[in-house]
Amino acid sequence: MSIELIIGILNIVLISTTPLVFAGIGELVTEKSGVLNLGLEGLMLVGAVTGFITLVITGNYFYSLFLSIISGVILSGIFAFLVLNLMTNQIATGLALTIFGIGLSAMLGKKFGGTPIDGLNPYYFIVISFLLVFFVAYFLSKTKTGLIVRAVGENHNSAYALGYNVIKTRYLTIIFGGVMSSLAGYYISICYAPMWQEGMTAGRGWIALALVVFATWKPWRLLVGAYIFGGVAIMQMNLQAIGVKLPGQFFNMMPYLATIIVLVFISSNKLRLKLSAPSSLNIPFEKNQ
Amino acid sequence: MVFLIRVQLREDYSNLIFYLSPLVAVALTLFFGSFIFLILDLSPIESFKIFFISPISNSYGISELFVKATPLAIIALGLSYCFKNNIYNIGAEGQLTMGAIFGGGIGLLFNDSTSFFLLPLMILFGAIGGAFWATIPAILKTKFNTNEILTSLMLTYVALYILDYFVVGPWKDPAGYGLPKSMPFPDAGRLPVLIDGLRVHIGVYFALIICLITYIIYNKTLFGFKLKVTGLSSKASQYAGFKYKNLIFYTFIISGACAGLAGLFEVSGPIGLLYRDISPNYGFTAIIVAFLGRLNPFGIILSSLLIALTYLGAEDAQLFLKIPSAVGFVFQGLVLFFLLGTDFLNKYKVFIK
Repeated sequence: MSIELIIGILNIVLISTTPLVFAGIGELVTEKSGVLNLGLEGLMLVGAVTGFITLVITGNYFYSLFLSIISGVILSGIFAFLVLNLMTNQIATGLALTIFGIGLSAMLGKKFGGTPIDGLNPYYFIVISFLLVFFVAYFLSKTKTGLIVRAVGENHNSAYALGYNVIKTRYLTIIFGGVMSSLAGYYISICYAPMWQEGMTAGRGWIALALVVFATWKPWRLLVGAYIFGGVAIMQMNLQAIGVKLPGQFFNMMPYLATIIVLVFISSNKLRLKLSAPSSLNIPFEKNQ
Repeated sequence: MVFLIRVQLREDYSNLIFYLSPLVAVALTLFFGSFIFLILDLSPIESFKIFFISPISNSYGISELFVKATPLAIIALGLSYCFKNNIYNIGAEGQLTMGAIFGGGIGLLFNDSTSFFLLPLMILFGAIGGAFWATIPAILKTKFNTNEILTSLMLTYVALYILDYFVVGPWKDPAGYGLPKSMPFPDAGRLPVLIDGLRVHIGVYFALIICLITYIIYNKTLFGFKLKVTGLSSKASQYAGFKYKNLIFYTFIISGACAGLAGLFEVSGPIGLLYRDISPNYGFTAIIVAFLGRLNPFGIILSSLLIALTYLGAEDAQLFLKIPSAVGFVFQGLVLFFLLGTDFLNKYKVFIK
């Protein structure tokens, strides 16, 4: 293999993995505060389509980025209201968000499929994704607010007793996660593709969800995991090109299988589970009123 | 002006509100849905007519309604066992796929068979395939304490890739012009239709039988009682000495077998062969059906018909209103949002001062 080929492959891996980093790091923060949001795929699609439509209509990258972020704030805000204020089941609400987002994005984007646009340079986003991981790692481990987020995710009753606002903290982490998913979608429709197509995120939301577990809720591991997942997907195409006979589907299912194995490994030991997963994950917080 | 909103747990838990809230959720969905049509420059009344009435205004449409409702009802009935037990099996889509692979595989293996026993064998293997796929999260949950939500979800995508492998690889139809699909099943492996010329098949009977059996299990058996107690309070269930791990296993196997059955019915009924997209999200949509039907067997039958209508309406909307059929997903998502939201009023009293 020549150097050029290796650099070429690395370049493709960088470009294709970035949405996983964005969506994954957002979900990581949400889950660290004890909320499981299964709506990533829907958030990504709506973020992708709002950014795309705004760009086609206004021709302004700033507006399109802004509206894409706003779509994430609104949708994840609705999710937050349901699971935090109305104490709905997080699994069902997240699935509703995904199903709703798939439908809404398809409807909104119907007239815009196939419209050509000038894509943005992906390298800005790639650099931002690395900075973001650094920022989140620092925020969660070294700042007081980060500690509050983790405390709320570990035991919301204790955090509440200590005087921390559980609901407000979770609102913020859910909205942060929502905005990151929108950015992941924006990146896909504006930088990566660049175009709009129904369902174009192609299951990346679910991979990002797997990624958070695979990384055992640790930001740096998430970055490494994202590049492993992304690398495997690209490697599969290249191996097929040089004539390796292993079916591509087995590479595609690797991220999911690897996540199950990691999950079994951390769950089989109580202490290990406590050290990895936020203890209050997916448990609704009910104040005694 | 400041509103102080205070909420209080209801002591007078009301069954009436519990069963009324799905209707409220549907009404709210229609109300908000009309805004969506307005935004798209369509008349809401005309659109609703195309969406909800014209699809079932002829015998073909009603047959299609049952074709769509059958898998949804069967999967949701199975899922209700898990959900009643507070087990979140969200991998029904994968279990459905595995059922189609196992049962469909039998159909392809004996593709020159004319035996009467081929179809029952396929049905049996369909159920086994789904149950097998559901046992994996059950084992991981009981042996390794692994979160079943994540494992059942991940396994769904593994199953979809396995199906993909088979239809582009070993099971690809040699006479299929290279398309990723299998050979058609032999006639003996096709599900009989109820009325000639229409697609509605005997799966409808299965759905009704499963509904009745489920009703009896929930209301007349010790197993149903155990599920109810465990769902209400896992501590009470432990004190009573119920073996929680066994309950997890049984509920997973039942729901997996139902999903597998639904998958087999899809491929040996309306589709007739194996290919990539055998299910338009039935496994996930059935979760909505189960919740909307309040985990009540008869409620699930009703809600499966309603959600099936959103599939049909969406197809008609694409044809006549030129809007993508994904509009059905918008309605499905909305109805679940509103249902979950109205449940709040069922659990809590709200005071505004």
